[in-house]
Amino acid sequence: MADEDVVLLDFWPSPFGMRVRIALAEKEIKYEYKEEDLRNKSDLLLKMNPIHKKIPVLIHNGKPVCESLVQVQYIDEIWPHKSPLLPTDPYQRAIARFWGDFVDKKIYDLGRKIWSTKGEEQEAAKKEFIECLKLLEGELGNKAYFGGENLGYVDVVLVPFYSWFYAYEKCGNFSIETECPKLIAWAKRCMEKDSVSKSLPDQDKIYDYVLHLKKVFGIE
Amino acid sequence: MAEVKLLGTWPSPFYYRVVWVLKLKGIAYEFIEEDLNNKGPLLLQHNPVHKKIPVLIHSGKSICESMIILEYIQEIWPQNSLLPADPYDRAIARFWIKFAEDKVNPLAFAGFYGEEQKKAIRDSLEMLETTEEHALRDKTFFGGDKIDLVDIAFGQLSQWLQMVEDVTNVKLLDASKFPRLQRWINNFKQVPIIKENLPDYQEMFAYFKALRVMLLSSK
Repeated sequence: MADEDVVLLDFWPSPFGMRVRIALAEKEIKYEYKEEDLRNKSDLLLKMNPIHKKIPVLIHNGKPVCESLVQVQYIDEIWPHKSPLLPTDPYQRAIARFWGDFVDKKIYDLGRKIWSTKGEEQEAAKKEFIECLKLLEGELGNKAYFGGENLGYVDVVLVPFYSWFYAYEKCGNFSIETECPKLIAWAKRCMEKDSVSKSLPDQDKIYDYVLHLKKVFGIE
Repeated sequence: MAEVKLLGTWPSPFYYRVVWVLKLKGIAYEFIEEDLNNKGPLLLQHNPVHKKIPVLIHSGKSICESMIILEYIQEIWPQNSLLPADPYDRAIARFWIKFAEDKVNPLAFAGFYGEEQKKAIRDSLEMLETTEEHALRDKTFFGGDKIDLVDIAFGQLSQWLQMVEDVTNVKLLDASKFPRLQRWINNFKQVPIIKENLPDYQEMFAYFKALRVMLLSSK
């Protein structure tokens, strides 16, 4: 197969970018990682994602793919020979897509509310966040990963948020592990894989970044 | 016992998406109407997470979220394919499906007034501009010569948008500003399956007019 040209425009703390890093690593695809300064977006980013002007952007042989869930599915379809992420059975695929969509609809926004609000709003966000994680624990069941015996689509979509859990806990003054031990055990299991541990930043670095954001936005 | 059941509610555009695709592929199904003010056990059993319609029940297995249902139908019944075969083209289609999911929601507009409505108007116009210039461009349909899942995802622009414009007296899709989209709406509504499966306009208008009055009086 001819050399593939793969470029990823990304921003190190982005859980959406992490999804793509993990997927590419699982497939053992070499790529060029380009860090974007979101206050000073590159011409390449603006050209490759003119609609949203957001990262991550996957550029494959010069052609851009945007939106992390779309990118993960694309990577899975282009390189199907190694580490399949979506199941082959259509019903199982629908279940995986459903939970990927659930994570996308809930986790980022609730997490954001936990670190950026206080009082009742923060308490409500914490409560709903834990409820969502418990639903995900239910879906995981006794499996090692959401994908079964190996990492699958839902694992790739969800595990990046693990790097943000410490920041959520410090800002929200609660312990996620106390409420959802099975999910933390799952996350640690994922972190034993190079494709995950090398794609997620250190949780202290994420917490420092959140403190910086709070300063910038004038949040106590 | 029907192999395929669809839980839905008139006049939800999300329910209609599934109707259109089932009929485009010639799949027989049983329609079960849900009363969203009094959700039945079937709905609660088959969509415990969101408790929303539409839900597709295929041989007892439930699939939720309209666009996920459509990808499932596309995979189980590939005849009259509604997604591109090429993975890159498919990624582009999915990008626009997500855009439609996130940005196209004319029914929500029916509940706004004042400052909220002003913002919603700006957001809607931006969405329509992007759709006309980048998604549709000069094609007849989003899918090219014939409709595909992207057209289905944008389906709400075909009838629900006009109905909301009439209920709120706000013109969003001005044909002179959005000629391509206006042409798409006309073409889309002429596709036989779509034409035969649209909610009755007058009934829908009356329903949402009453809903808006109720919403505004409670604010």
